[in-house]
Amino acid sequence: MKKRASLKFLISCCAVIMTLTLAMSAWAISDAYKDNIYNPGKLKPIDSKLKVKVGQKAPDFTLPAVAGGKVALSQYLGKKNIVLSFVPAAWTPVCSDQWPGYNIVRDMFEANDAVLLGITVDNIPTLFSWTNQMGKLWFPVLSDFYLHGKVAQQYGILRTDGVTERAIFVIDKKGIIRYIDVHDINERPSLEGIITALENLKQ
Amino acid sequence: MVKVKYGISIMLMLMILLGGTMSPAASLPAVGGALPDLSPGFSLPKPKDGVVIIEIFSMYCPYCQKEAPNVNKLYDKIQASPNLKSKMRLVGIGVGNSSYEVDIFRKKYNVPFPLYADGDFKIHKKLGEPRTPYFIGVKINPNGSHSIFYSKLGEFGDVDAFLAEMVRLSGTK
Repeated sequence: MKKRASLKFLISCCAVIMTLTLAMSAWAISDAYKDNIYNPGKLKPIDSKLKVKVGQKAPDFTLPAVAGGKVALSQYLGKKNIVLSFVPAAWTPVCSDQWPGYNIVRDMFEANDAVLLGITVDNIPTLFSWTNQMGKLWFPVLSDFYLHGKVAQQYGILRTDGVTERAIFVIDKKGIIRYIDVHDINERPSLEGIITALENLKQ
Repeated sequence: MVKVKYGISIMLMLMILLGGTMSPAASLPAVGGALPDLSPGFSLPKPKDGVVIIEIFSMYCPYCQKEAPNVNKLYDKIQASPNLKSKMRLVGIGVGNSSYEVDIFRKKYNVPFPLYADGDFKIHKKLGEPRTPYFIGVKINPNGSHSIFYSKLGEFGDVDAFLAEMVRLSGTK
């Protein structure tokens, strides 16, 4: 009888402790779900092989835009310098979000006679929802969804898991690549680097 | 023997419980607590009886961009009060922002109060990686010690109501 009572007590203690552990985990989980942002954790900084280089003609492409219609790189030839900003995927950790920052420096791009094209491999509806919460963007956002990552592949920045690198390409009015930054995917490239690269086009 | 066995079982369970609930490296600033050492990137103004309201922001954060005019209004209200002007200070820390990027934010929104750059996220990590905008209210005591009286994520809403809350919670007279 004594042994049975001790065993019952032991089982009860274990049940209480396990319940407490699960409850505390549940609080942590509910906080993450509340934010609705998926955190992929720290990724391999670069996971692709670049296919283009500075001095080379930028591969032309035509992609659908979130705002509707299609945008071709070649439509800017002879008119504008172009900054391509590839970001890995919509709805990934906000600490590396770039576009809301570029959204408040339109004047700096225009001062350098440049347009900005934001590109990911997500589909249009996903990009629509994601970019909507950034405020109204002044630059086109393009979807490299179908055929999956075709443009990213042309540039050599499609990672093995299907997202693109966090990459910046600066292309001059002749369509020549003048600056490439395939950045550590876990970090945000500095804005200063992009603006400096644009200013260097004037030389 | 049974007592020893179940004692060991209890200890094992407690160890599992503790292990499972081990917190990350740093927690968000807690009301009643103190700020961690944020130097060399940032240090609280020199010992002086008063309040510092810290905004954790990012140039890349659309919510911080939208909130910027409101935070400026808060600054203006403080400056407009002869009593509060000498007792309340407002500072911003741009997490993950270089000095260049912080400067862009300052110029874009005509921010009149000091902004600091935390380019390598060191301060951000020490503060428990808060999302932005995040506001921390710190009361500095005459003896140089300080304590946190406000620590919350999100826009602060009505400026007058927020300022009144800062005055009330900090015990500012």
